[in-house]
Amino acid sequence: MNRQIAGTTVASNYPQHWQRPPFISRPWLRYGLALGAVLYLIVGIGSVEVTWSRVWDGLPRGWAFVSGFLAPDFFSRGADIRAGILESLTMTLTSTVVGILISVPIGVGAARNLAPPLVYGLCRAIVALSRSFQEVIIAILFVAMVGFGPLAGFLTLTFATIGFLSKLLAEDIEEIEEAQAEAIRATGAGWLQLVNYAIQPQVMPRLIGLSLYRLDINFRESAVIGIVGAGGIGATLNTAIDRYEFDSAAAILIIIIAIVLVAEYSSGAIRKWVQ
Amino acid sequence: MPVRENGEIKTWQRRSTASELAGWLGWLLLVALFVFCWQMMNQQTLWIFVHDAPRQAADIAGRMFPPRWSYMERLWVPLWDTLNIATLGTLLGVVLALPVAFLAARNTSPSTRFIRPVALLVIVSSRSINSLIWALLLVSILGPGLLAGIIAIALRSIGFIGKLLYEAIEEIDHSQVEAISATGASALQVLDYGITPQILPAFAGITVFRWDINIRESTVLGLVGAGGIGLELSHSLNTLAWPQVCLIFIVILGTVILSEWVSARVRHAII
Repeated sequence: MNRQIAGTTVASNYPQHWQRPPFISRPWLRYGLALGAVLYLIVGIGSVEVTWSRVWDGLPRGWAFVSGFLAPDFFSRGADIRAGILESLTMTLTSTVVGILISVPIGVGAARNLAPPLVYGLCRAIVALSRSFQEVIIAILFVAMVGFGPLAGFLTLTFATIGFLSKLLAEDIEEIEEAQAEAIRATGAGWLQLVNYAIQPQVMPRLIGLSLYRLDINFRESAVIGIVGAGGIGATLNTAIDRYEFDSAAAILIIIIAIVLVAEYSSGAIRKWVQ
Repeated sequence: MPVRENGEIKTWQRRSTASELAGWLGWLLLVALFVFCWQMMNQQTLWIFVHDAPRQAADIAGRMFPPRWSYMERLWVPLWDTLNIATLGTLLGVVLALPVAFLAARNTSPSTRFIRPVALLVIVSSRSINSLIWALLLVSILGPGLLAGIIAIALRSIGFIGKLLYEAIEEIDHSQVEAISATGASALQVLDYGITPQILPAFAGITVFRWDINIRESTVLGLVGAGGIGLELSHSLNTLAWPQVCLIFIVILGTVILSEWVSARVRHAII
C-alpha cells in the first residue's frame, strides 16, 4: 500500500522538462574553472603585444608565400634541395635503426614485470631524460660537441628515438597477457626464453608499428634540426625563408608533405602484412 | 594458412614460401640501405671534431656549472610568455581543428568524395610541418613576437587534434545518433545531442594532451624569434653564457615535468 502511494507521488512529480547533465558535475568546480578561464584569457591576451604596423607590412610577404604554394619553384635551388632531402633521409633511416637497436634492451629493462628494481629505475631515468627535452635543444648540444653536419642530427634523432620507443615498448610489455608468460614459465624456461617465447610474439606487431611511426616522426624532425646546424633539409629551408624565396620554401614544404604521405601509406601496408 | 606436404607429414606454415622469401629479401634490402646511408652520412662528417667530442662535452659541462641563479629574475616574463604561446595557441588550434575534424569524419562529412579529401589534406599538411618551421615562416611574415608563436602552435595543433578527433567521431555508437534523429531532430540537433556528448571526453583528453606537447614545443620557438623562453636561450647561446643556458635548461625541465603532471591528472580525472 505504502509503496503504491510512493509510486503515485513520484509519478505526479515526474519532471516534464529534461536537462542534459553538465560535463563537470560539481558546480563549484564548473563555475570556478569557467571563471578562471575567462580571467586567464583576459590577462593572457592582454600580455600579447602585437605591432600592427609590422603585421601590415608583412601581409604582402604572406601573400607571396601563399602564391609560392600555388607556383612552387623546384628548380632554381634544385641541387640544394636534393642534397638536403637526401641528407635528411639518410639521417632518418640510420637514426631510426640504431635507435630501435638501443631502445629494445632499454624498453625491456623499463618494464616492471621483467626487470629487477635497480635496472628498472636506471632504464626509466634514461627514458625520462631523453623525453624531457625538445629535439632542437638536444641538437644544439650535439652540434656544439661534434660540429655541424648530419652526424649531430643522427645523434639527436637516435637519442630522441630511444626515449619514445623504450617508453611505449615498456608500457606494451607491462600490458601483455600474463597467462602466456606463466605458461612458458611453467615449462621451466629461463629469463631469455621467457622473453623470446612469451613476450616477443605478443609485442612484435606493435613494436614494428611504433618503429614505422617513429621513422615518420624522425623524418619530420630532421627537417627542423637543420635550423640549428644539425644537417638535413632544415638548413636549406631556413636559407630559403631568410632570403624571402617563398617559392623555393613552398617547394621544400610540398616535398616534405609528400614524403610524409608516402611514409604513412606504406607503413599502413607493412603493418597489414605483419599482422 | 599454407600447408607444405613432405611425404606423409603435413606442416602448417604462417606464410607461403614465396612470401617468406620476400620477407627475408625485404630485411636484406633494409640492411643494405642502412649500410649505404651510414657511409653516405659519414662522408660528410669531419672526424677531427668527433674525436674531440668528449673533451668538448666535458668543457661545456664544466662551463655550465654552477648555473647562474641570479639570472632567474629575468626569466619570469619569458616563461609567462611561453605558457601563453602554448595555451592560446592550443585554444586557437582547437577552434580551427573542430570544423576540420567534423568535415573529415566519414559519418559527419557533408561530402565524402569532395570535402573529406580536402579536410584530410589539411590535417596531413599541418601534421607534416613542425611548429618551428611554421614559426620561421610566420616570423618572416608577421615579424618577431608572441603572435607568430601562437599562430605557429595553432597551425601545428590542427593536424594533431583534427586527426585524433575525427577518428573518435568515426568510432561513436551509431544507435544514439539514430535515437536522436528518430525524434525528428534536425542535423544540428543530432550533432548537439547525439554526437557531441559521445566525443566530449575524448576531445577534452586530446586537447589537454596537445597542450602538454605544445608547452614543450613553445620552449624552443624563441630560437627563430617567436618569443618566449627560447629567445633568452638564443641570446645566452650566442653570447656563450653557458651558466645561463644551464639555468634555462633547468627551468624548461621543471615546466615540462609540471605540465606533464597536470595533463596526466586532468586526463585521469576525465577518463
